[in-house]
Amino acid sequence: MAQADHTISVKHLSKKYGELAAVNDISFEVAAGSIFAFLGPNGAGKTTTIKMLTTLVAPSSGKMSVNGFDPVAEPSKVRHSFGIVFQDPSLDDDLTAYENMFFHAGLYGVSRAETPGLIKEFLEFVELWDRKDDLVKRFSGGMRRRLEIARGLLHTPAIIFLDEPTVGLDPQTRNHIWDYIKKLNRDRGLTVFFTTHYMEEVERMADSTAIIDHGRLVANDTVENIVKKSNSQSLEDAFIKLTGRQIREEEASAVDHLRKQGRMWGRRR
Amino acid sequence: MRSNVLYAIYILWLRQLKRYFRSRSRMIGSLGQPILFLVALGFGLRSVYAAAGEGNYIQFLSPGIIAMSILFTAIFSGIEVIWDRQFGFLKETLVAPVSRFAIMLGRTLGGATVAAFQGILVLVISVLIGFRPELSSILPSLVFMILIALIFTALGTAIASTLEDMQGFQLIMNFVVMPVFFLSGALFPLETAPPALKVIAVFNPLSYGVDGLRAVMIGSSHFNVWVDVAVQVAIAAAFIGIGAWLFSRIKA
Repeated sequence: MAQADHTISVKHLSKKYGELAAVNDISFEVAAGSIFAFLGPNGAGKTTTIKMLTTLVAPSSGKMSVNGFDPVAEPSKVRHSFGIVFQDPSLDDDLTAYENMFFHAGLYGVSRAETPGLIKEFLEFVELWDRKDDLVKRFSGGMRRRLEIARGLLHTPAIIFLDEPTVGLDPQTRNHIWDYIKKLNRDRGLTVFFTTHYMEEVERMADSTAIIDHGRLVANDTVENIVKKSNSQSLEDAFIKLTGRQIREEEASAVDHLRKQGRMWGRRR
Repeated sequence: MRSNVLYAIYILWLRQLKRYFRSRSRMIGSLGQPILFLVALGFGLRSVYAAAGEGNYIQFLSPGIIAMSILFTAIFSGIEVIWDRQFGFLKETLVAPVSRFAIMLGRTLGGATVAAFQGILVLVISVLIGFRPELSSILPSLVFMILIALIFTALGTAIASTLEDMQGFQLIMNFVVMPVFFLSGALFPLETAPPALKVIAVFNPLSYGVDGLRAVMIGSSHFNVWVDVAVQVAIAAAFIGIGAWLFSRIKA
């Protein structure tokens, strides 16, 4: 698979939408087989970065490598390399859990002989095998997330992207999901790239962490070092110190949001 | 690699069929309109049509209503792209290692199959109501049903690829689907229509579908049956091309 020690490598990556730089000259690396947390307030550039890494959006400038491939030049190879759980649901509600898995296998060119065995393995892994013939529209939020994770793993990728995988779930389900992910990381060497707003998940799971704000990286280190360097008590504390202003303004109205963007701009130029 | 692409197209085709056959209410619901047209217009205008010396109106009308039901089902199948965008499934297909063209083609073939099947259902119903097509016409009429289905599923996909949400839906109904249906000669003979309507019909893809169905089913046509085939094959190819291009530009 990848030659380098880094499964993901990003150098001077930028994405501009007209005047606004959603992502502004960021560089970071994710070690093979590690768990990487990518944090930031809403609208900071997390999802745009994930979209660029996963071939959905082309960057304005900069270089990326995912599993040794370039998302711009070799999108198909990159797409085989990762599984993804999007922030919003992406299942077909009118199909059964099994059919969602089966169609995914077909789209990813998974060997037809191996498909049934792999579907069973991953549905059992997320404890949904006994519900395989139920329509997804009858699933709870937690079950859908588990199914999406199972589906994202079905083509045995080297990397899984999880964009806020535990948002809106109760603590029991969240714990369950992280247990699965930890197990996959440990047993199969899967590289995990995730975003979240729950800092305790980062403290518990992440080998390294990057924090993005206004499209720029404001921290990129282990959790311990980020806390230490910012003279904070906890990661939550450090996060607010590094990105503070924005948190408060996230609750502001749409007009305030526009003003904020204007200010943000003025400050940078 | 090639077989993988074909298999992916097959998978997307299969998905459309599964969704269709699973929602009985949609299948039965979309039969209501053609039945209403067949009964109300077919019986309501029968004596007027006969008095004008044109013969049996049910014979004339049925191919038009079959074409109508295919048109509606096909456009809606294409427009399902918007639903998939709203419910998120579209993203799942857009990050898959399959070209956008293959995704669009698989969806379109699936939607067209569903629409053609709907046309067959309406054919059966119209026979029950009194339509008597020539028996030898069944196979050639299938060709025309499939062509109509392909053209309008591709058109629906093309339109849906440019829309963000369902807001534009009413617009499509009133300014695309309804005019295409009413100005196609589905309900009235183009021979005796005013020149303006005749000219409009020449530029309406559905006219050729309706005409082709009539040519094979009841042996009367306004254009030539081979013209009907040639024009529709060309339009289907063009719409699939345009649809694929617009679909490939969808932003996730």
